[in-house]
Amino acid sequence: MNQSEKTLYLFGGLALLFALVFAFMGAPFSIRLLAEAACYAILALGLTIQWGYAGLFNAGIMGFVALGGYMSVLLGFPINDDFWSTDLPGQLGGVILKAVLVIAVVVGLTQLKRFGAPKKLGAWLGIIVGLLGYLWIKVSLDPVASAIESQAGFIGGLGLPVWLGWLVGGALAGAVAYFIGHICLGLRSDYLAIATLGIAEIIKAFLKNADWLTRGTLTVSPIPWPVPGPADIGFIGARAAYLSLTAVIIAGLFFLLHRAYNAPWGRTMRSIRDNELSSAAMGKDVNGRRLEVFVLGSVLMGIGGAALITFNGIFDPSGFLPLNHTFLIWVMVILGGPGNNLGTLFGAVFVYVVWTMSEPVALLLLDIVRHLGDAWFGWQAPSDLDSRALQARVFVIGLIISLVLRYAPKGLIPEQVKHHS
Amino acid sequence: MNELIFFINFVLISGAVIGSIYAIGAIGVTLIFGILRFAHFAHADMMTMGTFLVLILTALFPAVGPAIGLPTAFVMMPVAMAATAVIAIGLDKAFYKPLRENNVKPVVMVMASVGVTLMLQGVIRFFAGTGSQSLYIDDRKSIFSFGLTEASEKIVITEPQILLFVFTILAVVALHVFLNRTRLGKAMRAMSDNPDLARVSGINTNTVVGVTWVIAGALACAAGTLLSLDVTLKPDLSFMILLPIFAAAIVGGVGHPYGALVGGFVVGFAETLAVFNWSILLRPLATTFGWELPANLAFVPTEYKITIPFFILVAILVWRPTGILKGKVL
Repeated sequence: MNQSEKTLYLFGGLALLFALVFAFMGAPFSIRLLAEAACYAILALGLTIQWGYAGLFNAGIMGFVALGGYMSVLLGFPINDDFWSTDLPGQLGGVILKAVLVIAVVVGLTQLKRFGAPKKLGAWLGIIVGLLGYLWIKVSLDPVASAIESQAGFIGGLGLPVWLGWLVGGALAGAVAYFIGHICLGLRSDYLAIATLGIAEIIKAFLKNADWLTRGTLTVSPIPWPVPGPADIGFIGARAAYLSLTAVIIAGLFFLLHRAYNAPWGRTMRSIRDNELSSAAMGKDVNGRRLEVFVLGSVLMGIGGAALITFNGIFDPSGFLPLNHTFLIWVMVILGGPGNNLGTLFGAVFVYVVWTMSEPVALLLLDIVRHLGDAWFGWQAPSDLDSRALQARVFVIGLIISLVLRYAPKGLIPEQVKHHS
Repeated sequence: MNELIFFINFVLISGAVIGSIYAIGAIGVTLIFGILRFAHFAHADMMTMGTFLVLILTALFPAVGPAIGLPTAFVMMPVAMAATAVIAIGLDKAFYKPLRENNVKPVVMVMASVGVTLMLQGVIRFFAGTGSQSLYIDDRKSIFSFGLTEASEKIVITEPQILLFVFTILAVVALHVFLNRTRLGKAMRAMSDNPDLARVSGINTNTVVGVTWVIAGALACAAGTLLSLDVTLKPDLSFMILLPIFAAAIVGGVGHPYGALVGGFVVGFAETLAVFNWSILLRPLATTFGWELPANLAFVPTEYKITIPFFILVAILVWRPTGILKGKVL
């Protein structure tokens, strides 16, 4: 069985699996499932270019997802008059001006060495001024933030089209990725994993606690959709429209990524991934290329995250669990085939269907176990057994990661390496 | 004087407590990093698992502790440490060894350790639920406080904290003797410095790898238990301290056990200093000079505590990429 036949069978099996889900759970559920899987597929495509093309270990996907999601809230959510009609925007603007001033001074101090000052002097002055400036901004922001929280709830959105928020979310995720990559890409991948995990935690901690900005754990909903919502054309129609939109995005990305993979850029990327030393010796800019692909992948994650959160219609900063969700996407990529866009697409849909369906299946199994245990041994099941079983779903992800790494390290649809003679 | 006592309670004692925990955890991480050359993400979940073993043992034999005069959980800890060490070797055999024999890249080993993390979490949550538990099942936590004559506040230190300090000192001394005085310890250091050279000079690498897992597993169990004795035991305990532990290992210099110790205390004290409300210390000055002080002058609010290790990590990576004690260049 050659590769393309295998691919055909795998996708055929996937279609069969989906048909089963469709038959048992009905149309609205299955279309929702597919639309969410499509959003995850965008995320997985972002990860596959980082990990599959370039071998970069990004463990901070949820940070980029949260950024993308928040940007679609900030731009797309209706304008909050309670906030804009007071003098609070002016005060907030004042704080932002102070922040810009501090950043400018710190950057200026670090550049003192250009004017002949000792390098250490500039660095130390920069650190001291940075710390003091940080405290100054913090002290001036605190009263404004609590005033916004008490008078207006949160600053609301800008009332712009939500697709603009997706693009801005992608751009912001890329900017953050540039910052991380600049510091960490020269180091080993382990460091990158830890650093991205940390950045994701910082972003989440900020979004979760900055109530004036995001309403924190109170969550923001409903986020407007870029397509007509369920109120206009019904559940099935709206979800189908959303699914088509994401499908169009995926098709576009797929085309571009395929071109990039086969272009000289993709070849350079793979040569760096497979043998960093020799490609550096051939004069390739290893860190530059890596930074490019890291930023690019993170932009996709920002957009994918925005799409996912918009679809769910609720922005809840505490809802992104680093381990469960990040590694759900990792499983999609390594099971499907890192570096192979088609494989990633397969992995995304397959893993998401399995993940979602594991909930009703696990509950069904537990029901049977409880029933039998009661009938045979008079066993009283703990009352929170259901929630425990659902929590334990992470076990399945972990097991899949371990098994795939050991028995199919290249994924189910591996990347095809061309050998030129 | 009250201000000083606040400082001692909230910075010196808290920092030393959390720093010791990070240090014990980071020693394990750094040993695995040095010998097996990958970042072991499952380390924090090994801690949680070891702690749950302690919890089970404590629930089974509640009467042991009072007979000796120590908390039962602390008495049971060595047993659980041995069990965790065995489990660590088992995990290595099942998940890491096959990959190692295939000569995969270190980053694939990291992935595998993430897989192990998730599996351990799933198992723990299935059997223990998600609520928090106390390791003091039958005993009560003893609290000692010292008063100073001219202050109304008291310096407070608890029994688990004292046990923690004693254990940390003993563990570090034992590790030092082991690494410097025994044949096996020397073999470990040799393998950490240059694995190929160690192998050709006849060191049994399998034994060294096994010993590494034993030390790392036992210390992970101890760190988790001592932390849970001080606060409470939660299934997500591990994730909250994974980042600080890695930060400590990297800050101190990867592959460097003493570096892990230094890094642990650097990260621990940085955390407590950053969330400490400096207004308290400045208040006497403010009354003398008539300053207006904000009520809360902490560098970061407590809810952002998890961000501090990361900032230290980045600062160290920029300033000194191999860590304070010059670990390996990776």
